[in-house]
Amino acid sequence: MFKISATPIDPVALQGALADERAGACVTFEGWVRNRNEGQPVLSLEYEAYVPLAQKEGEKILGEARAKFSLVGAACVHRVGHLKLGELAVWVGVTAEHRGAAFEACRYIIDEAKARLPIWKKEHYASGATAWINCATRGEHAEGVPPG
Amino acid sequence: MPKIHVQYFAILREQRGVSAEELNTSAATPGALYDELRARHGFSLPRERIRAAVNDAFTDSSAPLRDGDRVVFIPPVAGG
Repeated sequence: MFKISATPIDPVALQGALADERAGACVTFEGWVRNRNEGQPVLSLEYEAYVPLAQKEGEKILGEARAKFSLVGAACVHRVGHLKLGELAVWVGVTAEHRGAAFEACRYIIDEAKARLPIWKKEHYASGATAWINCATRGEHAEGVPPG
Repeated sequence: MPKIHVQYFAILREQRGVSAEELNTSAATPGALYDELRARHGFSLPRERIRAAVNDAFTDSSAPLRDGDRVVFIPPVAGG
């Protein structure tokens, strides 16, 4: 199950939904909003998504994980909206008979999600500046480095 | 001329000033259309850093555009 959520993620409920007696292992990942990026203090950030394509690509990634690893279940939820420090931005949960597949699949899903989903992040810095991550161009500042 | 529906996100939405528009264009591909729009509106990102999606699917920037296509230009992603 892949979902884009405009409301806070409930990791307990999501993990509960994966409960399955066939699984000997459950591995989850939580991505949190942290307070620094490239040495700059971050106050908050916004995620924006091209939802129809993010939905398709997210489901594709989960399908790939199921094909590559021996899994019982897999789910991923990504937030959109304006998030505060410490908030849960993305959640991945994987169940499998054995822990090796669960660990590997969880890593695969988050890595692919970060590389491929049409989701963008705008950071708000203590200086008052903002930056769309990975979208800087030469002449302004280096890629990913916030201004100010 | 073919009519194309363009939807903008993130930095492109801010630089264009609208989230979507319909336009008539003779641009044959998403890449050519981005070049045309970049020249007109001064987008900061060069074509090489933009991916294209047409009708909710990733597509090559050189794939032919058709009348009625819905195009999204995808700036560098940063999810997770």
